[in-house]
Amino acid sequence: MSFNFTVSPSFPAERISDWYIFNTWLQRSLSIPIHLELHDGFDAQRAAIAAGQVDLIHANPFDASLLVREKGFRAIAQPDGAPDEMVVVTALGHPAQAIGDLQPGTRIACANDPCVNTIGRILLEPANLNADNTVEQQRGTYIQVAKDVLRGQVDVGFMPVGAYRGLSSIVRRELKVLVTSDIQVIHHVFLIGRDLHSRADDFVRILLSMHETEKGQDLLSALGATRWQPIQQEDVEFMIDIISTLTQ
Amino acid sequence: MLDMPPLSNAGGAIEHRLDYADGSSRRVFVTHVETPYPQGRLIVSRTDTRGIITQCNQSFVDMSGYERSELIGQPHCLLRHPDMPAAAFRDLWETVQAGRQWHGYVKNLRKDGGHYWVFATVVPNVRDERIVGYTSVRREPSREKVAQAEATYREWIRS
Repeated sequence: MSFNFTVSPSFPAERISDWYIFNTWLQRSLSIPIHLELHDGFDAQRAAIAAGQVDLIHANPFDASLLVREKGFRAIAQPDGAPDEMVVVTALGHPAQAIGDLQPGTRIACANDPCVNTIGRILLEPANLNADNTVEQQRGTYIQVAKDVLRGQVDVGFMPVGAYRGLSSIVRRELKVLVTSDIQVIHHVFLIGRDLHSRADDFVRILLSMHETEKGQDLLSALGATRWQPIQQEDVEFMIDIISTLTQ
Repeated sequence: MLDMPPLSNAGGAIEHRLDYADGSSRRVFVTHVETPYPQGRLIVSRTDTRGIITQCNQSFVDMSGYERSELIGQPHCLLRHPDMPAAAFRDLWETVQAGRQWHGYVKNLRKDGGHYWVFATVVPNVRDERIVGYTSVRREPSREKVAQAEATYREWIRS
């Protein structure tokens, strides 16, 4: 029997091959067959979760909420480094200099990432902007979001800090960051489903020691981290409580 | 909870006495100085079931004006501003103790006697079907909503 592994589809496209290498490393380290399935978007990923086709996942905080509270997944580790933050950008020549300058009717470009979009919406609240007085246009990738902003087809774009930094310097020079979130307390987390609970200690052991080998360090670096950190179930429960305050 | 010491460098600070639901009271000194909400941040804290602060993030510390060590172990009502009607907090407690989420606009008192406005959401922390504490997350409110809340709370206190 092969276990199904997936990654919340908010990571930069250039890391796809690194996740395949990570999956190979994981299989060899645990001596169990693991199939990596990277879904095209959040809808496809949610459908796979609903169909019971996910056994382990590197999940964004919003997916973690669903998986832990409703599907019995268990937290194993979280990557170190900066927490999950996002930016609201506009074109350099746009008249808005701050969120407070945005007006009703503001056009927003975003990807289909509920985590980023929820935080983005919260960052627009000080300007009294909400779903009723803005126009949202969903795009397939963050590069398309940036293009829409640069072409003036929208007023602002939502994107994770990682995706913004991944844009070319030429593109970034033409963009202006109106606000960067500084939430500090929500992170991606590595989770395993019920069928793997009996192997939880093995997962913890190999992930927490991954940085001790040169190959492990290289792989972690490719994935944007330097090591996995231990996480207690209560840490995840606390993060889920925080998420629940953002989604109502 | 300790009284707030008189402010040494804030001319015009007004002394108030806050009475709490448990019968205790506290003397505070209040100025009109508002600290702007820091853009992009969320203020996060957690309390036990009695409202004692057990955990908070750096934004909570920064905005309160206290040191972290002065906050942990203190009742959350340390931040209560005299312009907030007791009825608002009564509603908050009744809602979360019933296992539901509460949200509303809150004017918080800083250690220096100034204040800051937030849009607060409080959720019960339910573990094994039991409430073990409460998590509160505050975000930046629009000035229009703050003006509405100020008018409403003034009316509540007057009546």
